[in-house]
Amino acid sequence: MTDQSTANRGTSTRIISDFLQRRREQIAQRWADEALFRTVFTVSRDEAAEAAGSLVEALASVALSGRIEDLRAPGFTGVREQLTRMAGSRARGGAAPSQIADEVAALRPSITDLLITDLAGSDGEASGPHVITLTVLMGTLRLFVMETALSAGEEIIDRQRVQLLEVATPVIKLWSGIVAVPLIGTLDSARSQVVMESLLEAIVDQQAKFAILDITGVPTVDSLVAQHLMKTVAAARLMGAECIVSGIRPAIAQTIVHLGIDLGSVITRASLADALAYALHQEGAVIVDRATGAGGPR
Amino acid sequence: MSWGLEGPVSTHVPVLRIGDVLLVTLQGELHDKAAEQLQQDIGEAVAGSSAGAVVIDVSGVEIVDSFLGRVFAEIAANAKLLAAATVVAGMRPAVAITLVELGLTLPGLRTALDVQEALRMLAPPSSPLSPGQGRQENA
Repeated sequence: MTDQSTANRGTSTRIISDFLQRRREQIAQRWADEALFRTVFTVSRDEAAEAAGSLVEALASVALSGRIEDLRAPGFTGVREQLTRMAGSRARGGAAPSQIADEVAALRPSITDLLITDLAGSDGEASGPHVITLTVLMGTLRLFVMETALSAGEEIIDRQRVQLLEVATPVIKLWSGIVAVPLIGTLDSARSQVVMESLLEAIVDQQAKFAILDITGVPTVDSLVAQHLMKTVAAARLMGAECIVSGIRPAIAQTIVHLGIDLGSVITRASLADALAYALHQEGAVIVDRATGAGGPR
Repeated sequence: MSWGLEGPVSTHVPVLRIGDVLLVTLQGELHDKAAEQLQQDIGEAVAGSSAGAVVIDVSGVEIVDSFLGRVFAEIAANAKLLAAATVVAGMRPAVAITLVELGLTLPGLRTALDVQEALRMLAPPSSPLSPGQGRQENA
Protein backbone atom coordinates (compact mmCIF):
# COMPACT_ATOMS: atom_id res chain seq x y z
CA MET A 1 0.00 0.00 0.00
CA THR A 2 2.68 2.41 1.06
CA ASP A 3 4.86 1.38 -1.83
CA GLN A 4 2.01 1.93 -4.21
CA SER A 5 1.18 5.41 -2.90
CA THR A 6 4.85 6.31 -3.11
CA ALA A 7 4.91 5.04 -6.66
CA ASN A 8 1.73 6.98 -7.48
CA ARG A 9 3.25 10.07 -6.04
CA GLY A 10 6.41 9.50 -8.05
CA THR A 11 4.35 9.27 -11.21
CA SER A 12 2.43 12.35 -10.20
CA THR A 13 5.53 14.49 -9.61
CA ARG A 14 6.90 13.34 -12.97
CA ILE A 15 3.67 14.33 -14.67
CA ILE A 16 3.75 17.72 -12.94
CA SER A 17 7.38 18.25 -13.90
CA ASP A 18 6.60 17.30 -17.47
CA PHE A 19 3.59 19.61 -17.50
CA LEU A 20 5.62 22.56 -16.11
CA GLN A 21 8.34 22.14 -18.69
CA ARG A 22 5.90 21.77 -21.59
CA ARG A 23 3.77 24.74 -20.60
CA ARG A 24 6.64 26.92 -19.38
CA GLU A 25 5.96 29.83 -21.75
CA GLN A 26 2.23 29.79 -21.21
CA ILE A 27 2.55 29.78 -17.41
CA ALA A 28 5.24 32.45 -17.51
CA GLN A 29 2.98 34.71 -19.58
CA ARG A 30 0.10 34.22 -17.15
CA TRP A 31 2.27 34.80 -14.08
CA ALA A 32 3.82 37.92 -15.54
CA ASP A 33 0.39 39.56 -15.15
CA GLU A 34 0.08 38.56 -11.52
CA ALA A 35 0.68 41.15 -8.78
CA LEU A 36 3.92 39.56 -7.54
CA PHE A 37 5.75 39.92 -10.86
CA ARG A 38 3.92 43.02 -12.05
CA THR A 39 4.92 45.09 -9.01
CA VAL A 40 8.56 44.00 -9.02
CA PHE A 41 9.26 44.24 -12.75
CA THR A 42 7.50 47.50 -13.41
CA VAL A 43 9.60 48.49 -16.40
CA SER A 44 9.48 45.54 -18.77
CA ARG A 45 6.86 42.84 -19.09
CA ASP A 46 9.31 40.62 -20.96
CA GLU A 47 11.62 40.69 -17.99
CA ALA A 48 8.75 39.64 -15.74
CA ALA A 49 7.90 36.79 -18.10
CA GLU A 50 11.53 35.69 -18.14
CA ALA A 51 11.72 35.72 -14.33
CA ALA A 52 8.48 33.77 -14.15
CA GLY A 53 9.84 31.29 -16.71
CA SER A 54 12.98 30.59 -14.67
CA LEU A 55 10.78 30.12 -11.59
CA VAL A 56 8.66 27.59 -13.49
CA GLU A 57 11.84 25.77 -14.54
CA ALA A 58 13.01 25.63 -10.94
CA LEU A 59 9.65 24.23 -9.87
CA ALA A 60 9.87 21.63 -12.64
CA SER A 61 13.27 20.48 -11.45
CA VAL A 62 12.04 20.29 -7.85
CA ALA A 63 9.06 18.22 -9.01
CA LEU A 64 11.38 15.99 -11.01
CA SER A 65 13.53 15.33 -7.95
CA GLY A 66 10.34 14.30 -6.12
CA ARG A 67 11.11 16.43 -3.08
CA ILE A 68 8.06 18.67 -3.43
CA GLU A 69 7.80 19.37 0.32
CA ASP A 70 11.49 20.01 0.84
CA LEU A 71 12.58 23.66 1.19
CA ARG A 72 16.21 22.55 0.80
CA ALA A 73 15.55 20.86 -2.56
CA PRO A 74 18.42 21.63 -4.98
CA GLY A 75 15.96 23.04 -7.50
CA PHE A 76 15.18 26.00 -5.26
CA THR A 77 18.77 27.12 -4.75
CA GLY A 78 18.97 28.31 -8.36
CA VAL A 79 16.13 30.77 -7.93
CA ARG A 80 16.95 31.73 -4.35
CA GLU A 81 18.80 34.86 -5.41
CA GLN A 82 16.04 35.95 -7.72
CA LEU A 83 13.36 35.32 -5.10
CA THR A 84 15.39 37.13 -2.47
CA ARG A 85 15.63 40.10 -4.80
CA MET A 86 11.90 40.03 -5.52
CA ALA A 87 10.87 39.56 -1.89
CA GLY A 88 13.35 42.22 -0.82
CA SER A 89 12.02 44.68 -3.37
CA ARG A 90 8.45 44.02 -2.24
CA ALA A 91 9.44 44.38 1.42
CA ARG A 92 11.24 47.65 0.72
CA GLY A 93 8.10 48.82 -1.07
CA GLY A 94 6.28 48.44 2.21
CA ALA A 95 4.55 45.10 1.65
CA ALA A 96 3.93 43.06 4.80
CA PRO A 97 5.16 39.43 4.77
CA SER A 98 1.57 38.20 4.76
CA GLN A 99 0.87 40.33 1.67
CA ILE A 100 3.84 38.81 -0.14
CA ALA A 101 2.60 35.35 0.84
CA ASP A 102 -0.86 36.18 -0.54
CA GLU A 103 0.71 37.30 -3.80
CA VAL A 104 2.56 34.01 -4.09
CA ALA A 105 -0.68 32.17 -3.33
CA ALA A 106 -2.34 34.14 -6.13
CA LEU A 107 -0.05 32.40 -8.63
CA ARG A 108 -1.76 29.08 -7.94
CA PRO A 109 -5.25 29.38 -9.51
CA SER A 110 -3.96 30.17 -13.02
CA ILE A 111 -1.52 27.27 -13.05
CA THR A 112 -4.10 24.85 -11.58
CA ASP A 113 -6.66 25.79 -14.25
CA LEU A 114 -4.06 25.20 -16.90
CA LEU A 115 -3.18 21.80 -15.43
CA ILE A 116 -6.83 20.68 -15.34
CA THR A 117 -7.47 21.64 -18.96
CA ASP A 118 -4.14 20.10 -19.95
CA LEU A 119 -4.93 16.77 -18.27
CA ALA A 120 -8.53 16.72 -19.53
CA GLY A 121 -7.23 17.10 -23.06
CA SER A 122 -4.53 14.42 -22.94
CA ASP A 123 -6.14 11.44 -21.24
CA GLY A 124 -9.15 10.48 -19.17
CA GLU A 125 -7.24 9.85 -15.98
CA ALA A 126 -8.52 11.52 -12.77
CA SER A 127 -6.71 14.84 -12.37
CA GLY A 128 -7.31 15.08 -8.56
CA PRO A 129 -3.98 13.59 -7.31
CA HIS A 130 -1.96 15.69 -9.75
CA VAL A 131 -3.72 18.88 -8.71
CA ILE A 132 -2.91 18.02 -5.07
CA THR A 133 0.74 17.44 -5.97
CA LEU A 134 0.87 20.80 -7.72
CA THR A 135 -0.84 22.48 -4.77
CA VAL A 136 1.72 20.99 -2.37
CA LEU A 137 4.52 22.22 -4.63
CA MET A 138 3.04 25.72 -4.75
CA GLY A 139 2.64 25.67 -0.96
CA THR A 140 6.32 24.84 -0.63
CA LEU A 141 7.16 27.73 -2.96
CA ARG A 142 5.06 30.05 -0.82
CA LEU A 143 6.91 28.93 2.31
CA PHE A 144 10.23 29.37 0.53
CA VAL A 145 9.41 32.92 -0.51
CA MET A 146 8.25 33.73 3.02
CA GLU A 147 11.49 32.37 4.44
CA THR A 148 13.68 34.35 2.07
CA ALA A 149 11.64 37.51 2.68
CA LEU A 150 11.92 37.19 6.44
CA SER A 151 15.61 36.30 6.45
CA ALA A 152 16.35 39.25 4.16
CA GLY A 153 14.53 41.52 6.62
CA GLU A 154 16.34 40.00 9.59
CA GLU A 155 19.71 40.53 7.95
CA ILE A 156 18.95 44.22 7.51
CA ILE A 157 17.75 44.56 11.09
CA ASP A 158 20.82 42.78 12.50
CA ARG A 159 23.20 44.92 10.49
CA GLN A 160 21.44 48.10 11.53
CA ARG A 161 21.38 47.10 15.19
CA VAL A 162 25.14 46.58 15.17
CA GLN A 163 25.66 49.85 13.28
CA LEU A 164 23.46 51.71 15.75
CA LEU A 165 25.39 50.41 18.76
CA GLU A 166 28.67 51.30 17.05
CA VAL A 167 27.71 54.88 16.27
CA ALA A 168 25.78 55.35 19.45
CA THR A 169 28.53 55.45 22.02
CA PRO A 170 31.73 57.23 21.13
CA VAL A 171 33.67 58.33 24.18
CA ILE A 172 35.76 61.35 23.24
CA LYS A 173 38.83 62.56 25.07
CA LEU A 174 38.53 66.36 25.16
CA TRP A 175 41.57 67.11 27.30
CA SER A 176 43.90 65.12 29.44
CA GLY A 177 41.66 63.90 32.24
CA ILE A 178 38.42 65.02 30.59
CA VAL A 179 36.21 62.67 28.55
CA ALA A 180 32.83 63.32 26.96
CA VAL A 181 29.97 61.23 25.56
CA PRO A 182 27.67 63.03 23.13
CA LEU A 183 24.39 61.13 23.36
CA ILE A 184 22.31 61.10 20.19
CA GLY A 185 18.84 59.69 19.68
CA THR A 186 16.41 57.93 21.94
CA LEU A 187 17.87 56.02 24.83
CA ASP A 188 16.54 52.61 25.77
CA SER A 189 17.77 50.45 28.60
CA ALA A 190 20.19 48.42 26.42
CA ARG A 191 21.80 51.55 24.97
CA SER A 192 21.89 53.21 28.37
CA GLN A 193 23.80 50.24 29.70
CA VAL A 194 26.33 50.39 26.84
CA VAL A 195 26.77 54.13 27.33
CA MET A 196 27.33 53.72 31.04
CA GLU A 197 29.80 50.87 30.62
CA SER A 198 31.86 52.53 27.89
CA LEU A 199 31.99 55.83 29.81
CA LEU A 200 33.18 54.11 32.99
CA GLU A 201 35.75 52.09 31.04
CA ALA A 202 37.01 55.31 29.47
CA ILE A 203 37.32 56.90 32.91
CA VAL A 204 39.65 54.07 33.95
CA ASP A 205 41.62 54.02 30.67
CA GLN A 206 42.14 57.77 30.43
CA GLN A 207 42.45 58.37 34.17
CA ALA A 208 39.75 60.96 33.67
CA LYS A 209 38.72 63.14 36.57
CA PHE A 210 35.85 64.66 34.61
CA ALA A 211 33.21 62.99 32.48
CA ILE A 212 30.78 65.07 30.43
CA LEU A 213 27.42 63.63 29.37
CA ASP A 214 26.13 65.78 26.54
CA ILE A 215 22.43 65.23 25.85
CA THR A 216 21.98 67.84 23.12
CA GLY A 217 21.01 65.07 20.67
CA VAL A 218 18.47 63.38 22.93
CA PRO A 219 15.01 64.40 21.72
CA THR A 220 13.04 63.58 24.86
CA VAL A 221 13.84 62.77 28.43
CA ASP A 222 11.48 60.55 30.35
CA SER A 223 11.83 59.23 33.86
CA LEU A 224 13.78 56.20 32.58
CA VAL A 225 16.41 58.31 30.81
CA ALA A 226 16.66 60.65 33.78
CA GLN A 227 17.11 57.68 36.09
CA HIS A 228 19.83 56.36 33.80
CA LEU A 229 21.61 59.72 33.87
CA MET A 230 21.49 59.75 37.66
CA LYS A 231 22.88 56.21 37.75
CA THR A 232 25.75 57.04 35.41
CA VAL A 233 26.60 60.15 37.41
CA ALA A 234 26.53 58.17 40.67
CA ALA A 235 28.69 55.36 39.24
CA ALA A 236 31.25 57.83 37.86
CA ARG A 237 31.36 59.54 41.25
CA LEU A 238 31.98 56.20 43.00
CA MET A 239 34.97 55.69 40.74
CA GLY A 240 36.37 59.07 41.70
CA ALA A 241 35.40 61.08 38.63
CA GLU A 242 33.09 64.07 38.50
CA CYS A 243 30.21 63.88 36.03
CA ILE A 244 28.77 66.92 34.29
CA VAL A 245 25.51 66.85 32.31
CA SER A 246 25.37 69.38 29.50
CA GLY A 247 23.04 70.34 26.67
CA ILE A 248 19.72 70.15 28.51
CA ARG A 249 17.28 71.98 26.27
CA PRO A 250 14.56 74.22 27.73
CA ALA A 251 11.76 71.76 26.87
CA ILE A 252 13.67 68.93 28.50
CA ALA A 253 14.44 71.03 31.57
CA GLN A 254 10.71 71.69 31.85
CA THR A 255 9.93 67.97 31.50
CA ILE A 256 12.42 67.08 34.20
CA VAL A 257 10.91 69.64 36.56
CA HIS A 258 7.39 68.39 35.73
CA LEU A 259 8.43 64.79 36.40
CA GLY A 260 9.71 65.92 39.78
CA ILE A 261 13.14 64.41 39.19
CA ASP A 262 15.77 65.85 41.49
CA LEU A 263 18.95 66.51 39.57
CA GLY A 264 20.17 68.64 42.46
CA SER A 265 23.27 66.56 43.11
CA VAL A 266 24.28 66.64 39.44
CA ILE A 267 26.43 69.40 37.98
CA THR A 268 24.73 70.77 34.86
CA ARG A 269 25.91 73.20 32.20
CA ALA A 270 24.05 74.71 29.27
CA SER A 271 26.41 73.51 26.54
CA LEU A 272 29.33 71.16 26.00
CA ALA A 273 31.62 74.21 25.79
CA ASP A 274 30.46 75.44 29.19
CA ALA A 275 30.97 71.99 30.67
CA LEU A 276 34.49 71.81 29.25
CA ALA A 277 35.25 75.29 30.59
CA TYR A 278 34.04 74.21 34.03
CA ALA A 279 36.16 71.05 33.97
CA LEU A 280 39.26 72.94 32.83
CA HIS A 281 38.71 75.51 35.54
CA GLN A 282 38.44 72.77 38.17
CA GLU A 283 41.63 71.20 36.83
CA GLY A 284 43.38 74.53 37.21
CA ALA A 285 43.89 75.03 33.48
CA VAL A 286 43.28 78.53 32.13
CA ILE A 287 42.66 79.50 28.52
CA VAL A 288 44.12 82.95 27.87
CA ASP A 289 43.26 85.26 25.02
CA ARG A 290 46.62 86.10 23.43
CA ALA A 291 45.57 89.59 22.33
CA THR A 292 44.13 90.92 25.57
CA GLY A 293 45.80 88.54 28.00
CA ALA A 294 42.49 88.02 29.73
CA GLY A 295 41.34 84.60 30.93
CA GLY A 296 38.58 82.74 29.16
CA PRO A 297 35.19 81.78 30.60
CA ARG A 298 35.21 80.18 33.99
CA MET B 1 52.02 44.74 60.99
CA SER B 2 51.40 42.07 58.41
CA TRP B 3 52.12 42.72 54.76
CA GLY B 4 49.84 40.29 53.05
CA LEU B 5 47.23 37.63 53.43
CA GLU B 6 48.57 34.77 55.50
CA GLY B 7 46.71 32.15 53.50
CA PRO B 8 43.72 31.57 51.33
CA VAL B 9 41.43 31.22 54.34
CA SER B 10 42.77 34.23 56.18
CA THR B 11 40.23 36.85 57.09
CA HIS B 12 42.85 39.45 57.81
CA VAL B 13 43.30 42.54 55.65
CA PRO B 14 46.49 44.59 56.20
CA VAL B 15 46.08 48.18 57.37
CA LEU B 16 49.19 50.20 56.50
CA ARG B 17 50.03 53.53 58.04
CA ILE B 18 51.65 56.18 55.84
CA GLY B 19 52.19 59.35 57.80
CA ASP B 20 48.78 60.63 58.80
CA VAL B 21 46.97 58.28 56.45
CA LEU B 22 45.85 54.69 56.93
CA LEU B 23 46.00 52.71 53.67
CA VAL B 24 43.87 49.61 53.30
CA THR B 25 44.28 47.58 50.14
CA LEU B 26 41.53 45.10 49.37
CA GLN B 27 42.38 42.25 47.01
CA GLY B 28 40.20 39.77 45.18
CA GLU B 29 37.06 38.37 46.71
CA LEU B 30 36.26 39.70 50.11
CA HIS B 31 34.18 37.35 52.22
CA ASP B 32 31.58 38.61 54.61
CA LYS B 33 33.68 37.62 57.59
CA ALA B 34 36.76 39.41 56.25
CA ALA B 35 34.68 42.51 55.57
CA GLU B 36 33.39 42.55 59.13
CA GLN B 37 36.89 42.00 60.46
CA LEU B 38 38.15 44.87 58.28
CA GLN B 39 35.49 47.19 59.60
CA GLN B 40 36.61 46.45 63.17
CA ASP B 41 40.32 46.71 62.32
CA ILE B 42 39.93 50.11 60.71
CA GLY B 43 37.85 51.42 63.59
CA GLU B 44 40.49 50.30 66.08
CA ALA B 45 43.38 51.58 63.97
CA VAL B 46 41.82 55.01 63.58
CA ALA B 47 41.01 55.24 67.28
CA GLY B 48 44.43 53.92 68.35
CA SER B 49 46.59 56.01 66.06
CA SER B 50 44.52 59.15 65.74
CA ALA B 51 45.06 59.00 61.99
CA GLY B 52 43.51 61.85 60.07
CA ALA B 53 42.40 59.91 57.03
CA VAL B 54 41.65 56.42 55.71
CA VAL B 55 42.23 55.43 52.09
CA ILE B 56 40.56 52.21 51.00
CA ASP B 57 42.06 50.95 47.74
CA VAL B 58 39.45 48.75 46.07
CA SER B 59 41.11 48.49 42.65
CA GLY B 60 41.67 44.77 43.22
CA VAL B 61 38.01 44.06 43.93
CA GLU B 62 36.14 42.79 40.87
CA ILE B 63 32.87 41.76 42.47
CA VAL B 64 30.77 43.25 45.24
CA ASP B 65 27.47 42.28 46.77
CA SER B 66 25.03 44.34 48.76
CA PHE B 67 26.70 43.33 52.01
CA LEU B 68 30.12 44.60 50.98
CA GLY B 69 28.55 47.79 49.65
CA ARG B 70 26.94 48.38 53.03
CA VAL B 71 30.25 47.66 54.76
CA PHE B 72 31.92 50.38 52.65
CA ALA B 73 29.26 52.85 53.71
CA GLU B 74 29.55 51.84 57.36
CA ILE B 75 33.34 52.10 57.37
CA ALA B 76 33.05 55.62 56.02
CA ALA B 77 30.42 56.54 58.61
CA ASN B 78 32.49 55.02 61.44
CA ALA B 79 35.64 56.84 60.36
CA LYS B 80 33.70 60.09 60.16
CA LEU B 81 32.56 59.65 63.75
CA LEU B 82 36.20 59.22 64.71
CA ALA B 83 37.04 62.44 62.85
CA ALA B 84 38.96 60.80 60.00
CA ALA B 85 38.19 61.42 56.33
CA THR B 86 37.62 58.29 54.27
CA VAL B 87 38.44 58.07 50.59
CA VAL B 88 37.60 55.02 48.44
CA ALA B 89 40.10 54.79 45.59
CA GLY B 90 40.21 52.97 42.28
CA MET B 91 36.76 51.41 42.10
CA ARG B 92 36.25 49.23 39.00
CA PRO B 93 33.42 50.13 36.58
CA ALA B 94 31.62 46.83 37.17
CA VAL B 95 31.71 47.38 40.92
CA ALA B 96 30.45 50.96 40.57
CA ILE B 97 27.58 49.83 38.34
CA THR B 98 26.64 47.07 40.78
CA LEU B 99 26.59 49.43 43.74
CA VAL B 100 24.47 51.96 41.85
CA GLU B 101 22.04 49.27 40.72
CA LEU B 102 21.78 48.16 44.35
CA GLY B 103 20.93 51.74 45.27
CA LEU B 104 24.11 52.16 47.33
CA THR B 105 25.37 55.45 45.93
CA LEU B 106 27.28 56.15 49.17
CA PRO B 107 26.52 59.89 49.14
CA GLY B 108 28.77 60.85 52.04
CA LEU B 109 31.79 58.97 50.75
CA ARG B 110 34.71 60.67 49.00
CA THR B 111 36.15 58.87 46.03
CA ALA B 112 39.30 59.05 43.93
CA LEU B 113 40.54 57.51 40.70
CA ASP B 114 43.53 55.84 42.36
CA VAL B 115 45.56 55.86 45.57
CA GLN B 116 47.86 58.63 44.35
CA GLU B 117 44.87 60.83 43.61
CA ALA B 118 43.40 60.02 47.02
CA LEU B 119 46.63 60.98 48.83
CA ARG B 120 46.88 64.20 46.83
CA MET B 121 43.28 64.95 47.76
CA LEU B 122 44.00 64.46 51.47
CA ALA B 123 47.25 66.41 51.48
CA PRO B 124 46.97 70.03 52.59
CA PRO B 125 47.32 72.17 49.46
CA SER B 126 50.23 74.23 50.81
CA SER B 127 52.32 71.28 52.00
CA PRO B 128 55.66 71.16 50.16
CA LEU B 129 56.05 67.44 50.71
CA SER B 130 52.69 65.92 50.02
CA PRO B 131 52.29 62.14 50.40
CA GLY B 132 51.21 62.16 46.77
CA GLN B 133 54.86 62.42 45.78
CA GLY B 134 55.36 58.92 47.11
CA ARG B 135 57.90 59.97 49.72
CA GLN B 136 57.41 60.66 53.38
CA GLU B 137 60.27 61.99 55.42
CA ASN B 138 60.41 61.41 59.12
CA ALA B 139 62.66 63.84 60.89
